[in-house]
Amino acid sequence: MLISAQDSVSLRTKCSRNITKKPTHHFMSWFTKFLVSSIGQKFIMSLTGIFLMLFLIVHLLGNLQLLNDDGGDAFNAYTYFMTHNPLIKTISYLLYATILLHAWQGIALWQQNKASRGASRYAVNHVRSNERASRNMAWLGIVIFIFILLHMWQFWFQMKFGTLPAVEVTAYDHPVKDLFTPVAAAFSNMFYVLFYVVSMVVIAFHLWHGFWSSFQTLGLNHKKYTPLIKIVGVAYAVLIPAAFAVIPLVFYFTRA
Amino acid sequence: MSNNMRLTLKIWRQGGKYKGEFVTYKLDNVNEHMSFLEMLDVLNEQLIANREEPVAFEHDCREGICGTCSLVIDGRAHGPMKGTTTCQLHMRHYKDGETIVIEPFRAKAFPVIRDLVVDRSSFDRIIQSGGYVNVNTGQAQDANAIPIEKDQAGEAFDAAACIGCGACVAACPNASAMLFTSAKVSHLALLPQGMVERKKRVLEMVAQMDKEGFGKCSNVTACEAECPKEISVGNIARLNREYIAASLASETTN
Repeated sequence: MLISAQDSVSLRTKCSRNITKKPTHHFMSWFTKFLVSSIGQKFIMSLTGIFLMLFLIVHLLGNLQLLNDDGGDAFNAYTYFMTHNPLIKTISYLLYATILLHAWQGIALWQQNKASRGASRYAVNHVRSNERASRNMAWLGIVIFIFILLHMWQFWFQMKFGTLPAVEVTAYDHPVKDLFTPVAAAFSNMFYVLFYVVSMVVIAFHLWHGFWSSFQTLGLNHKKYTPLIKIVGVAYAVLIPAAFAVIPLVFYFTRA
Repeated sequence: MSNNMRLTLKIWRQGGKYKGEFVTYKLDNVNEHMSFLEMLDVLNEQLIANREEPVAFEHDCREGICGTCSLVIDGRAHGPMKGTTTCQLHMRHYKDGETIVIEPFRAKAFPVIRDLVVDRSSFDRIIQSGGYVNVNTGQAQDANAIPIEKDQAGEAFDAAACIGCGACVAACPNASAMLFTSAKVSHLALLPQGMVERKKRVLEMVAQMDKEGFGKCSNVTACEAECPKEISVGNIARLNREYIAASLASETTN
């Protein structure tokens, strides 16, 4: 349980009167107090967000294998590696937990903030153009979460539990699951490509605010480095989703 | 001197016979040299002459330093001008025939007392929880006894410029008081006089801020844009830094 400031004061007063009773200090008291505080909750959002941003780079490097015009040889070798390397598998479970924690904490903050704003709303709202992403992080996040669910059902579930045919790849001396064929099929569907590209735009807006914001929440601002963080953040938010979106567009327009 | 500006005012009325609603008033003789609060004074004189209840609004120094005036004017805390309070806003920024919507600061931690007056005592309780320094009694010491580097003193002064008006809370989509609390924590954390209570201060002020029901900062920065004293969100990063360090690295275990 949490101990309030008043409780701890009375605890100290009691102890000074009766020295046989010593105050008990639990690891959980100060640590949970930190995690449920306003800044602690944001700290969770920031750390999970940074981990997810690092993951996106790794994910993109894998997806770029699809652009090799080799009938999926490099991509299938990559998917086999990602699903069989013990270190990668361990990190992948951490990743699933991180996505859920980021989403759950984000929704919790959204609800708390709505309660703090109160029941009565402004009749006139002034929204600056640079606040459009930051004011809508929860909505953008919900769209991204739906995208992730569909994405995992379509590719991750097929890879893990589906019955994909086996193919030979040059990197291994045994056949591996052929994930390339369902990916290529999905990328030849106009509606799927459209859904994918729109989702990448949504992710771009989420990252546009999220990158800088994660540094700000950790208190990492500095006259010398903050301008650089902001520039890198904008570049990251534009280039990473753009690179993801290019792959289905290339498939749809050049290989279908 | 032009004395003939006509305005339509949509003002939030709450308390007495008003349940919490906008009431429209017409004002025919607004002078462009009036301040916004003087314009409201003229309205109230007109209401009193008509035996109507005047509009309750807060004001004190009327020169932008006390932090008493408030109001959200056309969706913006302290009105449309940058770096000014409502009392420093003048009617020359409005045109003849305009409609102005005037609302109170809205936040769960700032309940409306009447019309445009809100209870901002939650800010006082945040200050009481840690916004002070302990000094020994006795003879006042020499003014230059503690040397402080010029830039450091400047930064502390920029944070100390916060007048505690609450515009940051009013402008924030989350009704967060982080800009206010960060200014108060920064101003003392940057000075040698503030070092004694440095860790205790940030822990207790953030705890009180949370207890008052203010929202959680999501770095929208609307607070910085609306702050009449142009307090920087860099202070919020400092508050985060101070709080994370005090929580995770201080010897306080409860």
